[in-house]
Order: sequence, then structure tokens, then C-alpha cells
Amino acid sequence: MEERPEDTLLQLNNISVVYSDVIQVLKGVSLKVPRGRIVSLLGSNGAGKTTTLKAISGLLKPENGKVTDGEIVYDGSRVQNLSPEEITRLGITQVLEGRQPFKYLTIEENLKVGTATRWLKPWKKDLELVYDYFPPLTKRKKTLAGYCSGGEMQMLVMGRALMAHPKLLLLDEPSLGLAPLVVREIFRIIRRINEEQGTTIVLVEQNANMALQIAHYGYVMENGKIVMEGEAATLRENPDVKEFYLGVSAGGLARSYKDVKSYKRRKRWL
Amino acid sequence: MEFFLQLLINGLSIGLLYGLSALGFVMIFKASSVLNFAHGQLLAMGAFFFLVLVSWLKIPIVVAFLITLAGSFVLGFAVERIFLRPLIGESLIFVIMLTVGLASMFKGLLLFFFGGNLQTYPDFLPAGLALQIGTIYVPPVYVASSLLGGVFLLLFGLFFKYSPQGIFMRSVADNQTAAMSLGVHVKKVFALSWAIAALVAGMSGIVLGIINGINVHEISSIGLKVFPVVILGGLDSIGGAIIGGIIIGLLETFTSGYISPSLRDVIPYIVLVVILLIKPYGLFGLVEIERV
Repeated sequence: MEERPEDTLLQLNNISVVYSDVIQVLKGVSLKVPRGRIVSLLGSNGAGKTTTLKAISGLLKPENGKVTDGEIVYDGSRVQNLSPEEITRLGITQVLEGRQPFKYLTIEENLKVGTATRWLKPWKKDLELVYDYFPPLTKRKKTLAGYCSGGEMQMLVMGRALMAHPKLLLLDEPSLGLAPLVVREIFRIIRRINEEQGTTIVLVEQNANMALQIAHYGYVMENGKIVMEGEAATLRENPDVKEFYLGVSAGGLARSYKDVKSYKRRKRWL
Repeated sequence: MEFFLQLLINGLSIGLLYGLSALGFVMIFKASSVLNFAHGQLLAMGAFFFLVLVSWLKIPIVVAFLITLAGSFVLGFAVERIFLRPLIGESLIFVIMLTVGLASMFKGLLLFFFGGNLQTYPDFLPAGLALQIGTIYVPPVYVASSLLGGVFLLLFGLFFKYSPQGIFMRSVADNQTAAMSLGVHVKKVFALSWAIAALVAGMSGIVLGIINGINVHEISSIGLKVFPVVILGGLDSIGGAIIGGIIIGLLETFTSGYISPSLRDVIPYIVLVVILLIKPYGLFGLVEIERV
């Protein structure tokens, strides 16, 4: 890798997010996403990963959440608390957690909705591109999305997001509830999209092992804060990450609750 | 037999009209889960607007018709903008109560300006529009209403199926958050669904006005018939609204033909109750796709 200062596409500066004016979920999160890279956001349930993505994509608003502090800078301009319509038009698209296709629309209609930000422009080429990335969708163009398998749905929602020509793609747990082989396939495609389209990707994952294999950089979140960050390769080797997120203890054995030291170590960075 | 066919044809053309009017109601419900209790008043607004244009301002019929459609469209748009948009995000019951309020407001306005008497349009439909099939005579107004109903249903069908905006509207109805994440302008979709609903309501109002005369109370209560229609068809099914409309239309005409005209307006509500008891999702309510 060459040694030039990297061009930052997205930067979160110390943001706090509050839901319904009282529930604070993010407490000063800062992170940087370099252009053209895959940045992974790891952490356990309730750490604030999804909230972070929603703060970026503007989807906090309909849930009565708000960025109360700090700023989100995308491509040189501040975008915090803009509406999702505005943010998507700047080139940020979020793929929601838990595969949410439009069940009563066909695959092709689902993909068509992906062009909402530029619906007057031609889109046939993009359709071919999506089918090229996700070949299983080709056979099911006219099928209602609700009747597709989990893997196909995940491919569909990712393909739908690609139709929007995102510069920044936010993926929320693409591996959720999928068979290991399908997960591998999905991650291979994510890497291909990043390499071939130059799309910058923020990847939220529970599956730290897979995520750190394709990501360039990673952040670890706990309790609404970033507790650790580093190059993906470094994180993979970090004993704490290994133990808490990859499920491997220092000695290569699954960790046990008897191990008080590890509990204390975890406590220290919360 | 002739009597039967006559009733059948009348019922079908009235039914298409009900279906069309219910289509507007279903659209609003699908897009934003709002039950629009002011639907009947939207019909009445269209009917009176047309009356003003035709009887008072003496504008040619076709032009007046188009202006009424455009006016209704704008009215729907404005209603969403002024009254409903501030309530986005509030609990649904507030929004529904608001439509009840709107209904009273529109009714009050119409009564204030036009009074409660029965008014009629000048007779403008050409007699040549009437159909004579054997011994069955179809009056011009039924021919016109069937034609309008058919054409508009076809247009809206194509619009929803193929046009980008139609697909976006269906996507919002399907999963609002996902639609938002892709940049679909959800508020615009709401506004558009109100505008289209008001447009079809206005049109139905005109035709009903031609058939029955124009009276605020009368037309508003016909607007209430969308409830039996959509409950029969399934609240969230556009196709169901149309078929529900046709069934209710047929039931009404057959009841008034074979049993008693005074029962005509009761039958739809009896059907409503029965349907709610035995098939609460209606004939064509969405079969929930459960595949997680």
C-alpha cells in the first residue's frame, strides 16, 4: 500500500445520538471512513452500531432520534440531521438490517425502487450490472420478493442499493441468519463491489471473523462508544478482539467465565 | 330475464363507480395506513365544483370535467400538505380523528355555500350515448359511468404496475423504512396518494351527481359506502376494491329491483357486518407473506 495521506469520504466527529429526547444511545462516537475502502464496525448487540449507521443515513429521524452533538462530515459538507431523501441523493445508501425487501413487489420492481434518487435517468444498464453481481436474481425477476430465500433476499436488498449508484454503501449485518456458504458468497460480492465499483463501504457485523477478512480498517463499539480501532489485520491479531469477538482465547480455547482476568480486562475498556 | 339483464347492467356500472371511488380510499390506506373518513366529502366537493363550473359559469362540459379533475387533484394535495403532514409521526388515531374533522368541515362549507337542497346538473349527456341492446335500454349516464370507470381503472392499473411513481407508491405501502433508505420521497408519495384519491373521488362524485342529483347529505353518505366496499374487497387490495365495488353495486340494484328500493341502502351494511364476521380480511385482503 502506498504511503499517501488517505482521502476521507466520511468523518464522524464526536457524535451523540438521543432517541425521544431522553434515551442516549451514542456517547461521542468518532470515526473516519477513507474513500474507496471497507471499514467494519464491530460490537455486540446494543452497542450502537445500527444507530451509528442510521445517524449517517438520516433514518434516525423517522424513529424520533437525533444527532444532538458533534458533526457528520460527508465529502466536505455537514450532513447530520438531514432527511433521508436528501442524504440518499448525496450518494449514501443504507442496506437495512434483517433483509427488508418489498415483499409484494417482484424482484425487478424492487430493483427499480433503487433508482428512486434518479428515476428519470436510464437504468437498464444498472439492472444488468446487478444481475451480473447477483446471478441468482436473474432467474427470479418476476417472482414476488416475499417468496425468495434468505440468501436471495440479501442479494436483492444489496442489489437494490447498488441501483442507486451509492458512493458510500452502509451494510447492516448482511450475514444475519444466512448459511455459512451463502455468507462467504455475499462477502465475496461485497469485496468485488468495493474493488470494481470503487464504492466505499461501512460494514456492520456480528461475524467479526468474516468482516475483518474483507475490511481494510475496523472499529469496535461497546455501549455507544468506540473502544478500539485499527487496521483489520492488526485487529484480527489483537488478543482482546480475538477473545471477545472471535471467540478464541489466548490459548486457542473457547473462553470460560471462570477466567476472571478476561472479565476485568473487558471491564477496563467499557 | 330482461329485467335481470337490465339490473345487471345498471349494477355493473354503478359498481364500477363504487370501485373507482374505493380505489382512492384504498390508496390512502395502503400508503399511509390512514382511514379517510372524509372520503364522501371529497366526492361531494367534486360534484359541487363541477356544478359551479357547469351551471353557474356555463363552461363547456368536457373542459369543466377536466378542470374538476385538476381541482380535485389540487384539493387532495393541499389537504395532505396543510392538515396531514404536520401529523406525520403522530399516533394514527389522531390522524384518523383529523379526517373525521375534515369531513365535518367540508360538509359544513358545502352546506354553507349550497344549502341542503337537491340540485341537478343540466342535462348534457347526448342521448346518442344510450345503448339499446335488444329490448334492454341502458341510459346514457350508465354508459358514461361504465366508460369512465373502465378507462380510469385501466389507467390506474397501468400506472401502479409500470410507472416509476406507481412502483414507488407500492414500495412505500410495502415497507416504509426500506423505501426511505433508498431515497423514496415518502412525503411526496403521501401527497400523491391523497391527490389521486381526491381526483377519483371527485370524478365519482360527478357521475353520482348525474345519476342521483346533488345533495350534500346524499353524496356524503354514498361516500360512506366505500367502507362496505373496501371491507368486502380487503382494505389493502386495489383489485379487491374494484371487485368489492362491483359486488356491492350489483347487490344494491338487485335488492332494489327484486325486493324493495328502500332496502337498497341497507344491504351494503348488512354485507359489511357479515363479511366482518366471517372473513375479516375481506375477499382479497393481502395474504401475509411470512418468510423470514
